[in-house]
Amino acid sequence: MSELTGLTLKAALDGLADKSFSSEEITKAHLGAIEAASALNAFVVNTPDQAIEMARASDARRAKGEAGPLDGAPLGIKDLFCTEGVESTAGSMILRGFKPTYESTVTSNLWRDGAVMLGKLNMDEFAMGSSNETSAWGPVVNPWRSNGSNADLTPGGSSGGSAAAVAAELCLGATATDTGGSIRQPAAFTGTVGIKPTYGRCSRWGIVAFASSLDQAGPMARTVEDAAILLKSMSGHDVKDSTSIDVEVPDFASFCGKSVKGLRIGVPKEYRVDGMPPEIDALWEQGIAWLKEAGCEIVEVSLPHTKYALPAYYIVAPAEASSNLARYDGMRYGLRVEGGNLTETYENTRAEGFGAEVKRRILIGTYVLSAGYYDAYYLKALKVRRRIADDFDQAWQKVDALLTPTAPSAAFALGEKSDDPVAMYLNDIFTVTVNLAGLPGMSVPAGLDAQGLPLGLQLIGRNLDEGTLFSLGSAIEKAADFRAKPKKWW
Amino acid sequence: MAIDAATVRKVARLARIAEPEEKLEPLAKELSGIMNWIEQLSEVDTDGVEPMTTSVAMTLPMREDVVTEGGDPAKVLSNSPKTAKGFFIVPKVVE
Repeated sequence: MSELTGLTLKAALDGLADKSFSSEEITKAHLGAIEAASALNAFVVNTPDQAIEMARASDARRAKGEAGPLDGAPLGIKDLFCTEGVESTAGSMILRGFKPTYESTVTSNLWRDGAVMLGKLNMDEFAMGSSNETSAWGPVVNPWRSNGSNADLTPGGSSGGSAAAVAAELCLGATATDTGGSIRQPAAFTGTVGIKPTYGRCSRWGIVAFASSLDQAGPMARTVEDAAILLKSMSGHDVKDSTSIDVEVPDFASFCGKSVKGLRIGVPKEYRVDGMPPEIDALWEQGIAWLKEAGCEIVEVSLPHTKYALPAYYIVAPAEASSNLARYDGMRYGLRVEGGNLTETYENTRAEGFGAEVKRRILIGTYVLSAGYYDAYYLKALKVRRRIADDFDQAWQKVDALLTPTAPSAAFALGEKSDDPVAMYLNDIFTVTVNLAGLPGMSVPAGLDAQGLPLGLQLIGRNLDEGTLFSLGSAIEKAADFRAKPKKWW
Repeated sequence: MAIDAATVRKVARLARIAEPEEKLEPLAKELSGIMNWIEQLSEVDTDGVEPMTTSVAMTLPMREDVVTEGGDPAKVLSNSPKTAKGFFIVPKVVE
């Protein structure tokens, strides 16, 4: 039944609607695919019994004519989302065995609309990483390989499990989160579509917190339309998240395929960075040409503070993380490693429970917030953040959306950058600006490099203007006609 | 700005992370590398710029001061490493 796993979410929903197959059938097909794909290490928790139960309930609803917009569609859930009664570890040893007694708002919304949960997806620990190598449960392996090579590549991070599972057809779509590029960079590395919506579009309630002013949930899928369908269900105002925006959720899918004629597309010159592979530059030019052909007007714009976005991020995000992660004290949930007294118990628990990258960021965050450094670092970074947001505001005077590459390279080998934190951080050079400004950003697969690895283009939109991104994304998708799939080796 | 081993010891203490003595020096080097890279922020003119704490232009919403959820101690305690008789068991805090 492998053909069922190869369907787009849209085609699967159509097939379920006209009763070509049942949710139980398509769910079982995916469970089979997951079982056969353990080499990818994409799933950290499998919930087959729950999946079949949810699928049967969906089939029963459909028989009664009560099917919801996602009814019967099997999805994967990033392990950053708390799922009631199902282990949720955020890729960390410190949360091993943690079974939330509540359900995150985003996943609740998906179940409300009828979706089926296949299991929990691997990720970088607390979403801190760009290669999935910081996961306490081992890295996810990218289903894509370079031509003629057997070397394991990273699927990107932190939503590497989501990206790999979608690319390898282990689920019809997946939830993911993006604090500095964690949806878009893995999407680019795996030939999938990922969108980080406007900050506040999806509720953060029940998502394990990393950097609260930047964290935002979004979907990963194999087509732009599928991402639109998922985002609609995931979005919506939630009183449990005080930064959740109280606006109507548009029918994002209705923007797919809409004419983009007359839209002004900005090309920020600062995104042409030294050492960028010529293939990525060429792909960017190709993307510009595609949008021109579709009737867009191309405008060169300047975002002068772009190069300061990453260093500002590496103050703001660790500062917020050091505060958010203070909750892991070994008292109320998670790991506890006893010491001679209370302080020692805290220190031992956190030393053993957190991995190296998480500790590094907590230390940086604690340092920049400590007495004497707060103004010099933290406050300075918040001012630079304002400058970056102002750059975008200036650009919106002239253009409707921006087109950039998603990542500065294609997927790299596991282990290639793990010894150099700053080299790893530079993966997010094109994506992190969007988080600081709170804007929506989407990555669309646009081509393959000479090694046969996928590359993505990023579209950045105005606040709450995901609709334009879906129109432009589907225009690029159509022009690129990206149909390549990873050759199955797992 | 270089971070030395003594600073790492102090910060690790503040963050409640036990770092063995032999790891302080390598960590100091690593964190200094990151902080040196971050140092480029000083090039940005931020005179008179308001710090940006959120990208959502809204006032914090207020809600009715009523109990919404709760009253389920078993749920609250269900993930605790140690409990007894409806309480969390923690190491002695007051000597």
